[in-house]
Amino acid sequence: MNSVLQIRGLGKSFFGFPVLRGIDLDVRPGEVHGLVGENGAGKSTLMKILAGVYEPDAGTVTLDGKPVEFAHPLQAYAAGISTVFQEFNLISERTVAENIYMAREPRTLGLVSTAGMNRDTGELLASLGVTSIPPTRKVSDLSVAEQQIVEIAKALSFNARIISMDEPTAALAGHEVALLYSIIERLTARGVAILYVSHRLREIFDLCDRITVLKDGELVATAEASQLTETELVRLMVGRSISAFFPEKLEGTTVGDVALTLRSAGNTSVNAVDLRLREGEIVGMAGLQGAGRTEVLEGIAGVNPFTRGTVELLGHPLRLTSPRKAIRKRIAYITEDRKATGLSLNQSVMDNALAVVRAVTPLRSAVARQRANEILESLELSARGPDHEVKFLSGGNQQKVVLAKWLLTEPKVILLDEPTRGIDVGAKHALYTLMRTLAQAGNAILMVSSELPELIGMSDRIVVMHEGELVAELPGGSSEEQIVRAASGLTAAEPAA
Amino acid sequence: MNAQAGRMRRVMSSSTATVYLVLIGIVIVSVILSATVGRSFFTSGNIEYLLTSTTVLGFVAIGQTLVILVGSLDLSVPYIVGLSSVLAAGVMAGSSQNLIAGLLTALVAAACIGAVSGVLVGVVKINGFIATLGVGLMVSGYLFTNYRGNTGQASPGLAALGSISLGPVPVTTLIMFAVLLITLLLVGRTRIGMHMYAVGGDAAVARMSGIRGWMPVFVAHTLSGLFSGLAGLVIVARLGVGSPAAGTQAGYDLLSIAAVVLGGAALSGGKGSLWGSLGGILIFACIDTMMGILQVNPYLKDVVRGVIIIIAVAVYARQAMPRVAARFSPGGGRAVESAPEQIGEDAR
Repeated sequence: MNSVLQIRGLGKSFFGFPVLRGIDLDVRPGEVHGLVGENGAGKSTLMKILAGVYEPDAGTVTLDGKPVEFAHPLQAYAAGISTVFQEFNLISERTVAENIYMAREPRTLGLVSTAGMNRDTGELLASLGVTSIPPTRKVSDLSVAEQQIVEIAKALSFNARIISMDEPTAALAGHEVALLYSIIERLTARGVAILYVSHRLREIFDLCDRITVLKDGELVATAEASQLTETELVRLMVGRSISAFFPEKLEGTTVGDVALTLRSAGNTSVNAVDLRLREGEIVGMAGLQGAGRTEVLEGIAGVNPFTRGTVELLGHPLRLTSPRKAIRKRIAYITEDRKATGLSLNQSVMDNALAVVRAVTPLRSAVARQRANEILESLELSARGPDHEVKFLSGGNQQKVVLAKWLLTEPKVILLDEPTRGIDVGAKHALYTLMRTLAQAGNAILMVSSELPELIGMSDRIVVMHEGELVAELPGGSSEEQIVRAASGLTAAEPAA
Repeated sequence: MNAQAGRMRRVMSSSTATVYLVLIGIVIVSVILSATVGRSFFTSGNIEYLLTSTTVLGFVAIGQTLVILVGSLDLSVPYIVGLSSVLAAGVMAGSSQNLIAGLLTALVAAACIGAVSGVLVGVVKINGFIATLGVGLMVSGYLFTNYRGNTGQASPGLAALGSISLGPVPVTTLIMFAVLLITLLLVGRTRIGMHMYAVGGDAAVARMSGIRGWMPVFVAHTLSGLFSGLAGLVIVARLGVGSPAAGTQAGYDLLSIAAVVLGGAALSGGKGSLWGSLGGILIFACIDTMMGILQVNPYLKDVVRGVIIIIAVAVYARQAMPRVAARFSPGGGRAVESAPEQIGEDAR
């Protein structure tokens, strides 16, 4: 089989610590090649080598039979390998066209030809089947999905032979994922190969022709997707079979009194939300992106308070008009965006862990530190020490610091917004186990998630938001189809066609 | 057609439009207040005064805009203005033969000082505030050790240039506008100019896109030095002598930064426009002119300036808040038939 990209014996170490060893990989033209593995398996490093961000210590990369070496991202682009990173490489104050042609703006007589640039951008987008994004629009005015399309168009504008994508659906809603799929189909039809990195195994099986599994910096296997099952793939990734991926409810977990009640709660983002959370219960909240799920959590947590309806905590009505008030009522809100609202990246593990407690309780510092250490230890945080800055931690470990920060406040009600986004399989499993333990201890947990298996696997009940309203309440163990129907505004009761 | 509309939008982006709305408001207030003391705001004398006070600050602020666009600051500008004026006047020594030599000496020295800041900020990666503070202090030390008071004398040609006007418009103001137009072309239609926005917007992204990150920073600082040098020459043209303290007395460092911010630029970089900065300068110039007419205590002027800066930036900050369309009215009902997909359209 002829391959467009051949990687042989690729290796990379950081500070003497090997993160990639002896990788042999072939990518064929027009294929979607899945790259899976836990965080720390070396996927990002491999992608960054192909993108020209890192230079390998050992091995060769051959493109169309010619050996290539990239010292700079632009060389990789020029050679025909483009990368769409999870954090987009777009300047938000510039237009779509200016972003796509950045650093190689077409010129006539020394001046940049903006008209030509806009025209070419329009054609480029049209070739992807996208006509709804004007080339002259500022990137800051685009949705996340549209920004991603701009990234892909940018990759394509370099006449990319290979486009690698890092978790491209992480920030997309269901219908936007469908658009991404159709774009990938158009790309492969032209012979462009896609290197697809994702934690979402469903997508890997939906899209990929072949799958390569990395583990601890080594290549475990490359196989035809059709010859693998999900269970086998997970086993290859973690080296052990997670038979019960979602841990069972712990013994002695009892659903007790109502901890939190919302009656017709609403503000300008959500309306008439009726919701009861009981002690010891895990409630899942489903819905498309923009359905108002985060806004419900923000209402409860006092970030963007409800202006209508009532909120009761353990039977007592209260007004949660600021995060401080909510925290004092033992409500913990673990936000979706760890880096922006969960952590102070330049500060140490310990400073982050103590941030909330220091703000609201007169607890003695030594006692707080002691308890923080205990909690961090119980969460199995792997960091160099409590004084290590959190920006150096992996996503999973950063999430543990966020959790520790909130557990230190001894919450009664725990709100989780997309808690497993961007963390690896092992860290996910640890989080699920922690949720079960917290439920057993009598906490009420409300989890917003876009991953249906997670919602179904973990929730006692699932509530569904649609356009700012809570439209359905489904029992745990409901089917994905039922949830999707309710989330897209179809009545859940309607029989399947 | 579409591209033209896009260009128009960029030129008159919402914040720039706001700057000029504020300017118009201040002109109206000025006209009314002038009328209350029985004076007219739009006399040719007043306009000339207004344009004159726009010119020197204009040169400095054009450079400051570029520096702020790349996410840096230039605190060395008042010292460069002073240095340029004493070098030019010193070399010229009142002789016509030395005109070109004087101009070149001043401008080359000014650009070189800007370039030094550019290297410190762009290559050595020293924070712009600190780097230009340091460079400014060094120039200041040189200036005030070697020059006590005004020095040298302008060539007759340059002095003439400083006194000629076309109607109420001083020729030096026209030169400032010419520089503004050239710089507009630079930031809007050349790669290096566009890359200033990119580097200021997100240096890491710019680097990943293949931009040499230090280059736009270096060019912005060098041009800021050069334009401050031009400002110094205008001072020589007006005064006929070099004045080491001309820049510091006027406080061009903070005043130019204030004008750029008043013009809608973000101090974090990547956002701002030269038209906006010009609007900011004109706002200051209008207030100065008005207070001159009203014979306000000069120290009160600074109070008024301070108030204007704070109010204007507070207004911009409100504007910049994310415009998430309300789905429900505060009372409870659906706000409008606004599907979320339309939000982007409406925001235009």
